[in-house]
Amino acid sequence: MIQPAKPADLVTVNIDGKDIAVPKGTNVIEAARLINVDIPHYCYHPKLTIVGNCRMCLIEMGMPAVDPATKAPIMDPATGKQKINWIPRPQIGCGTNVSSGLHIRTQSPMVKDCREGVMEFLLINHPLDCPICDQAGECKLQEQSTGYGRGYSRFVEQKNVKPKRTQLGPRVTLDDERCILCSRCIRFSKEIAKDDVLGFIDRGSYSTLTCYPGKTLANNYSLNTVDICPVGALTSTDFRFKMRVWFLKQTNSIDTESSVGANTVVWSREGAIYRITPRRNDDVNDTWMADSGRELFKSVKSADRLTAVKVNSADSALDIAINAATQLFKEGGAAVVGSGRSSVEEQFLTKKLADALKASVSLVSRVGEGDKLLVSADRNPNVRGALVTGLIKSLPSQKLTDLAAAIDAGKIKAVVSVGEDLAAAGLSAAQLAKISIVYLGTHANATSVAAKVVIPTQSVFEKNGTLVNQQFRIQKFARAVPAPAGATDDTVVLAKLAGVAATDIASVWKLIAAEVPALTTMSYANIPETGLLLDATPFAALPFVEGETLHYKPTAPVAATA
Amino acid sequence: MAVIPLERKPLSFAERTYLPAIASGLKTTLKHLFAPNITMEYPEQRPAIPPGYRGVPTLVKDPHGREKCVSCQLCEFVCPPKAIRITPGEIPADAPERAHVEKGPQAFDIDMLRCIYCGLCQEVCPEEAIFLQNQYSMTGYTREEMVNHKDRLYELGGTLPDEHFKWDKKLDAEKHGNAH
Ligand code: SF4
Ligand code: SF4
Ligand code: SF4
Ligand code: FES
Repeated sequence: MIQPAKPADLVTVNIDGKDIAVPKGTNVIEAARLINVDIPHYCYHPKLTIVGNCRMCLIEMGMPAVDPATKAPIMDPATGKQKINWIPRPQIGCGTNVSSGLHIRTQSPMVKDCREGVMEFLLINHPLDCPICDQAGECKLQEQSTGYGRGYSRFVEQKNVKPKRTQLGPRVTLDDERCILCSRCIRFSKEIAKDDVLGFIDRGSYSTLTCYPGKTLANNYSLNTVDICPVGALTSTDFRFKMRVWFLKQTNSIDTESSVGANTVVWSREGAIYRITPRRNDDVNDTWMADSGRELFKSVKSADRLTAVKVNSADSALDIAINAATQLFKEGGAAVVGSGRSSVEEQFLTKKLADALKASVSLVSRVGEGDKLLVSADRNPNVRGALVTGLIKSLPSQKLTDLAAAIDAGKIKAVVSVGEDLAAAGLSAAQLAKISIVYLGTHANATSVAAKVVIPTQSVFEKNGTLVNQQFRIQKFARAVPAPAGATDDTVVLAKLAGVAATDIASVWKLIAAEVPALTTMSYANIPETGLLLDATPFAALPFVEGETLHYKPTAPVAATA
Repeated sequence: MAVIPLERKPLSFAERTYLPAIASGLKTTLKHLFAPNITMEYPEQRPAIPPGYRGVPTLVKDPHGREKCVSCQLCEFVCPPKAIRITPGEIPADAPERAHVEKGPQAFDIDMLRCIYCGLCQEVCPEEAIFLQNQYSMTGYTREEMVNHKDRLYELGGTLPDEHFKWDKKLDAEKHGNAH
């Protein structure tokens, strides 16, 4: 990883005759990447320790010559410059961090020979599986044999046979013939997932990746090994043979399973999502994400998805439903149940709605166990957003006890729920029957059944928006697939209910910038893909439920988890 | 645009009688009256198809009657008018003789209303499973009828000789190969 460096920490290195200044200690592969020189590699991964076992990154290295006795530079009379002492043998790039004056050559004949040789050895026992291999299209072995390989095979002997279609765990399938023994997966399991179950057995060309006997690769981070495997040895059992990757459209999104807000890429084709993978963000999730977050897209096409606007259980239209809801609110005694799963834009409009109705606002908190890595204790992705937009002033509780009491006292007659199941949040069936419910949500539940007005809305994969994660980093997600017919964007519905003239995300952001002090300079378009850190100091005293996770340390004392 | 007036050439006397033109027309008619037929009683008679002809794309089986396509979807990718649609599937691990191939098409559709008979699918196929063969006439009353599904594609394709038997070699290696 490249840390932003003070100018004093910069050293000058020479890559293929070009001088560049890079932070001291930068890995040679990363230094070359800065000037768009590709040093092919397999085992090197920026977030894992370096083992140097694939030998693909061989390059030539040298240092400026100095006289051993006087330390005076030795000049080369031919060029008039300081002579370079090239190391006579090739060196691995990944195993070297730059130091001042380092010279490297990545295009010399020796380097070319090395790469061809390494590629040839890697391909000796490699099966001709590309047509049935899920990695094809994003395979480093394919790319680098095209880019740096010899182009033909001299191997006439029989190839080694190794186990295929091995289930390493509930989500990962292993094809040992395709493994190039880079050990990335082993290092990931040991260093990041802290579940050291993988290893090599046997020697030489019989080396085989396997699970420790009696164990499985079952931890909640197992699919990251599939992401980092440079070849098609480790494949996702769920995505296996579903679609070739070159057909898939990539959309940047955010993992909504907890307040970590891991950056993700949603891969879809023609309105169907096929997989979710992590997107690198060195301040949030590095290059990882939890397996549980990769399954969230399954609910998009589930059978209990709401697709019809209902008023008093009869099919209706959006505008009629909005009018019906407005009629319900006219009777007074309205309350709003917002959501920590809504985007910042939706929470802002929920607040506008609550202000217009002079209604109280409650949120439902979801707390689970944090895994100290990329799933935090707060399972709402955007409680911080509700604080920033002023929707709530204090942290939500898990049950709506105040609202229940107000309903029992007969003070509340109508409740708007933005995707929250009121029954799950502690309201009894009798309490639900006493009030008129306006339900905005994606899936059917007890609340949508009890509701007078049901307006189907869109999932996080079908709309644009932003979320504020536990670090108070505002991050945006984009629409990956079109919503099913009948589901309307939450912001449109909320804007209509609140009587706000905002039709798209840009116009909502104009209002947000005008009204929310913390977000004055922002618009949806100018939030960078890696997010923007907001000022957390106004909320420093709140007892947030999260414990420590990757790139996050709680500042306030951690509240006892309920 | 400039207008260029052209002078019309006056007809000669012989031309004005139309007799030479009539005579030459009759000569052509007479010649064909006695020449051998070049038209054909289609569809009872069918033309001989020259080698290399690009007819309807079809899926073929190997000489042992086994499916060759592994649903790599390269033809779907290369097809310029996007006529091909494949749903890949997994060959179950207990399938006899076929388990080692692992992957095969669940569904394979070629929309012949889209196909332009370019032959790129045949060219790109790494398994030599799709061929444009002699079939040239496709008819149907509905759009749906003009989509060839997997079973129809195999029916049209039949069997072609195979010199490689790649997957047999693979199975062979698995049985007797360099297993440790
Ligand atoms: S790992 Fe790469 S090179 Fe090997 S079969 Fe799969 S796609 Fe082909
Ligand atoms: S399975 Fe993949 S990541 Fe693991 S050692 Fe083999 S090639 Fe490397
Ligand atoms: S012949 Fe050309 S147009 Fe027709 S299916 Fe093949 S690739 Fe597509
Ligand atoms: S990347 Fe350097 S040896 Fe593998």
